[in-house]
Amino acid sequence: MSKEEKKTMKEMYDSQMKQFFEFVESMKKSLGVPMFPDMKTGRAQYLDQREITLKFVISIENIKDFFNALADGKLLATKCENCNEIYFPPQRDCPKCKASGLGWIELSREGELITFTQINVKPYSFSHYDDYIVGIVRLPEGVNVTAWVREKDPRKLKPGMKMRLEIVKREPENYYTYEWVPVK
Amino acid sequence: MSRNVAIVGVGHSKFGVRNDVSLPELAWESIKMALNDAGIEQKDIGYVVVSNVGGWSSEPLPAVVINEYAGICPTGTVRVEAACASGSAAVKLAYDMVASGHVDIAMAVGVEKMNESPTPTVVEFIGRAGNYFWEFQNFGLTFPGYYALYMTAYMNKYNAKEEDFCKVAVKNHYYGARNPKAQFQKEITVEKCMASRYIAWPIKLYDSSPITDGSAAVILASEEVAKQLTDSPVWIRAIGYASDTSNLSKRENFTSLKAGYLAGERAYKMAGIDKENVLKVFDVAEVHDCFTIAEVMAYEDLGFAKRGEGIEMIRNEETYIGGKIPVNLSGGLKAKGHPIAATGEGMIAELTNQLLSRVEKDRQAPIKNGYALAHNIGGTGHYAYVTILSLSKS
Ligand SMILES: [Zn+2]
Repeated sequence: MSKEEKKTMKEMYDSQMKQFFEFVESMKKSLGVPMFPDMKTGRAQYLDQREITLKFVISIENIKDFFNALADGKLLATKCENCNEIYFPPQRDCPKCKASGLGWIELSREGELITFTQINVKPYSFSHYDDYIVGIVRLPEGVNVTAWVREKDPRKLKPGMKMRLEIVKREPENYYTYEWVPVK
Repeated sequence: MSRNVAIVGVGHSKFGVRNDVSLPELAWESIKMALNDAGIEQKDIGYVVVSNVGGWSSEPLPAVVINEYAGICPTGTVRVEAACASGSAAVKLAYDMVASGHVDIAMAVGVEKMNESPTPTVVEFIGRAGNYFWEFQNFGLTFPGYYALYMTAYMNKYNAKEEDFCKVAVKNHYYGARNPKAQFQKEITVEKCMASRYIAWPIKLYDSSPITDGSAAVILASEEVAKQLTDSPVWIRAIGYASDTSNLSKRENFTSLKAGYLAGERAYKMAGIDKENVLKVFDVAEVHDCFTIAEVMAYEDLGFAKRGEGIEMIRNEETYIGGKIPVNLSGGLKAKGHPIAATGEGMIAELTNQLLSRVEKDRQAPIKNGYALAHNIGGTGHYAYVTILSLSKS
């Protein structure tokens, strides 16, 4: 494999964008306005001179136990003590009986793979990873959990396979999340 | 009770990479066409519903930008979002404004300029459309990825092959090649589809609709006004709707879209159509084929085929002209293109033209009963709208 092919998708995206911005900058220098011809069609385009970064701050005040437990190696769900409904993803409120302040239960670690895919063309914010497999697994409690599956080849997986959940550190971001591992 | 509502004018831009126009210019292409088709002026319109998902495009308040450009100020307006079904949601709101008697004429216009952002950004935006916090944040699903979860499950349950799904793409490209408004006007083969690269296994590039710029507009009028405007109104007989969970993990199964099924049931009931008979009723249908698996599930959810037999329908070419029911003679989202929030109006405009027998000859369905169906899904079965059109009022 050549060095070129080893580039991650992110490096490829970034180098394309860098080239593009350099081209527009050079056009802007000569024309005095950020105007450039589209490379394929030659149609005049204007490059936005403002930029926005989106990074949200999301309240988890009412489900913070989930994240504390994750750091302790456990996967929790909420359970309504009034009507016994189990919620994953966990939620504070039970819309079924309108109870609030639901309690916590630890979920089973083994379940059955329902379906899966491998993401080959990745969103920009995931483009630094190798292709990853995402699966949905059904637990004995009757809830499903979406997560990455520790496997490189989707052809080795089949709906119905047994899966075991592991709490793992996601790198390079360095935070705890959960992952499915095929039970051999 | 509510009033009868007719389509009196439609407009449909060329779909594709439309970097030759800005967002309001693109919207105006369809609006102007629809105004001319209806034979009315901007001042005659009582309310405008604009569908646009945006995020990838620069204008955060597209409704007012478009209306100013199109000379529709100070008419009441709103922008609606129901993901890829936004266009049908816009038609529903415009329909309600007329049916309720609030206005006599309303317009739904959908526009999307997805190519204002680079492809990785667009992939990111659409991937976030589901449940951002629980399914995107950590696991980076994409739009094809969500549908691939359905395709994997369907293939496993019904023993369908990737080649079978490619036949949907082949059909839709066949008709796209005959539609001058389509993004892709080139026929493809199963071999070419099979050789295309995986974007979300088992979905390949040719199983997938493209990133598209485009617009479409639909003008609706009350029965009284419609009679003054046209000799050939197309009646909206029913609009069915439903939704499903944001988290895909909460879905009951991965071989059908429950919202699409429920929206169909509701529409059939409203229009007084027996679901057992649908193949005998409709002359033509546009169904939501953002990915080939979506078209196959639509056949089953709408009752064109029994569960597990949608794949047989495409294997046997029963959804070409001359088959049991011609589907996506426009090229569908697959070949005509999928400008997210303009797709719904695009379907309604196409079917209006089909019912009036005014599309290109080699993709015109024979109109016998005068009934057509538009099936428009938002997100991954998150929203669903099924609209039934007819040449007869009742
Ligand atoms: Zn409860």
